[in-house]
Amino acid sequence: MRRAEIVTAGLLALLSMYIMWKSTELQIGYIRGQGPGGGAWPFWLAAICLVSTGFIALNWWRGTSGPSQSDEPFLDSYGRKMLVLVGGGIVGFVVLTYIFSMYGAMALFLLYYIGFLGRHRWWVTLILATAIPTVFFFFFEALMRITLPKGMPFLEPFFNYMNTIIY
Amino acid sequence: METLGLLADGFWLAIQPINLMLIIIGVTLGLFIGAMPGLGSVNGVAILLPITFLVPPASAIIFLAAIYYGAMYGGAISSITLGIPGASTAVATTFDGRPLAMSGRASLALITAALASFAGGTVSNVLFTLFAPPLASVALNFGPPEIFALMLLAFATFIGLSSDDISKTVFSICIGLVFAAVGFDQISGAPRLVFFDISGFLHGINFLVLAIGVYGIGEMLWTIDSTRGKITTSEAKMSVKGIVTDAKEGMARSWRGTTIGSFLGFFVGILPAAGATPGSLMSYGVSKMLSRESAQFGKGHPEGVAAPEAANNSASTGSMLPMLTLGIPGSPTTAILLGGMVIWGLVPGPRLFAEQPEFVWGLIGSFYVSNFFALLINIAFIPLFIWMLRMPFTILAPLIFVLSIVGGYATTRDMHDVWLIVGFGFAAFFMRKLDYPLAPAVLAIVLGPIAEPTLRQSLLLSSGDPTIFFTRPVAGPITIIALILIFLPLIKKVWDRRGGRRPSAAE
Repeated sequence: MRRAEIVTAGLLALLSMYIMWKSTELQIGYIRGQGPGGGAWPFWLAAICLVSTGFIALNWWRGTSGPSQSDEPFLDSYGRKMLVLVGGGIVGFVVLTYIFSMYGAMALFLLYYIGFLGRHRWWVTLILATAIPTVFFFFFEALMRITLPKGMPFLEPFFNYMNTIIY
Repeated sequence: METLGLLADGFWLAIQPINLMLIIIGVTLGLFIGAMPGLGSVNGVAILLPITFLVPPASAIIFLAAIYYGAMYGGAISSITLGIPGASTAVATTFDGRPLAMSGRASLALITAALASFAGGTVSNVLFTLFAPPLASVALNFGPPEIFALMLLAFATFIGLSSDDISKTVFSICIGLVFAAVGFDQISGAPRLVFFDISGFLHGINFLVLAIGVYGIGEMLWTIDSTRGKITTSEAKMSVKGIVTDAKEGMARSWRGTTIGSFLGFFVGILPAAGATPGSLMSYGVSKMLSRESAQFGKGHPEGVAAPEAANNSASTGSMLPMLTLGIPGSPTTAILLGGMVIWGLVPGPRLFAEQPEFVWGLIGSFYVSNFFALLINIAFIPLFIWMLRMPFTILAPLIFVLSIVGGYATTRDMHDVWLIVGFGFAAFFMRKLDYPLAPAVLAIVLGPIAEPTLRQSLLLSSGDPTIFFTRPVAGPITIIALILIFLPLIKKVWDRRGGRRPSAAE
């Protein structure tokens, strides 16, 4: 935990410096007749961020903040496993959206999470993994008129058929 | 007396069968649209506006106002049950609503939210009826310095009153404001902070992208990690008796927050460009500041649910005021309503009250009726919302992840934002583990687009002289209170050291 605290503070300080540098693409000073330049607001905010990461580092050095006193590991074996299985599942969901459409990816993600991670009965998994995307489809496409990503062209006939139900 | 007569006519119009039916349908639709993360009253009103061209204008606006009310009630539902704010107006509701739900008091939180919303709606309706025109002119005198001072106060309450690490809170606020600045510079129109020249940043970072990332993904990962996946969300059981006891407890413990939210929310709602979101966040801050149990805020205090909920309902009525009396919308939703009124051939402005009394008072009457039905319908659905919470966590969690991804996409319809949500989610998980408070960042990204232009306009007014925030009669006191709050932790420290020395000197 103690090492994670200072590493994070360092990374955030780098981020602040990057934002300060990026802000200078626009004027950061006062322009007569126009008020502060477009870069001033983010530049000074990022500067405050940088100063606060300095204080975070100071508190770490003095050992006054919670994480800087803790000997616990930042991520134990459970945490790492959870991050790979759950976090990886979410990333997989988003990647699969490009291939199997958002509805298809949703169904696969639900199968994976409820069936594989949750170890629920196969019929519970199957019902939920088909019912939820179906409800979402009619809610978004028909009621709200918001079209979600439809994936690769091979799914076109399927969605054309679904659209005949709506219209 | 004349007002009462007109109001009675308004009520009569609102309870006509067709209007009453539209109110009930509108409130129910609004409730579900508001509860859906990523969709708020703006979406509901915008999507259903074309449908209203089928009925007379008065019925049409009554229907839209009912959706607006329903959505305001509904926003609290996902904040409490899922921990994802349904809309920006319900961000503050997650702070205490989620902890209450996690400790098995979801029904208390939901009932408190419904009752506070009702109280906020009622207070604002009465204020609206009594003071519509004079209040509108007061709010119009609020210039950029006053509004910026109010924004500063909202941030100051987070710094001065939080029990979190101050440097981490400051970092959180500033990074949220920076994210709000991504996209185009509002004044010069030049692209700004387009990180790594990725074109997706050109349309800015929507607040919901950050809010969903933090609450929908980061917080969920943190919950799974910290509870080792063994989550016992709630043993909540619903019975009529339970609703009555929860209602009593909710009222007894949250009347103060409800009162603050109802009045403060209304006034902030009237301010052009402010609206329900800042109103609810400020009411949360002020209630926390004035509460005797402020340490309980953020851990599940009903007052922390009541204050923002009362405020967002009150503010939504408040924001109708400048729209009807002056033709200036106070929020995105009222801007769409204004558009609708123009299409129906009504001209909002001072003459509307004189020329179209039937329409105006019918609308005001419908506020009262919608508010009442929103309360009834909301309470009727509470068992359904509680049932959702009793689902096994391995079903609820993937459902929340799916809602987060889909809701995030529906907000801007750009896969870039979905990736940002996932990125913010992981970042939020790591930062949460290191005790970085994340609520201030969400607050900042919501208020940033108001804070920055008002600051720049103020400095332009004063030719770069920052004393403008101290010398104006309204802005001055607000700025000073904000500065005191910002330095409060420092003052406390110095005070404690002095106090700590005395006894040792006496020995």
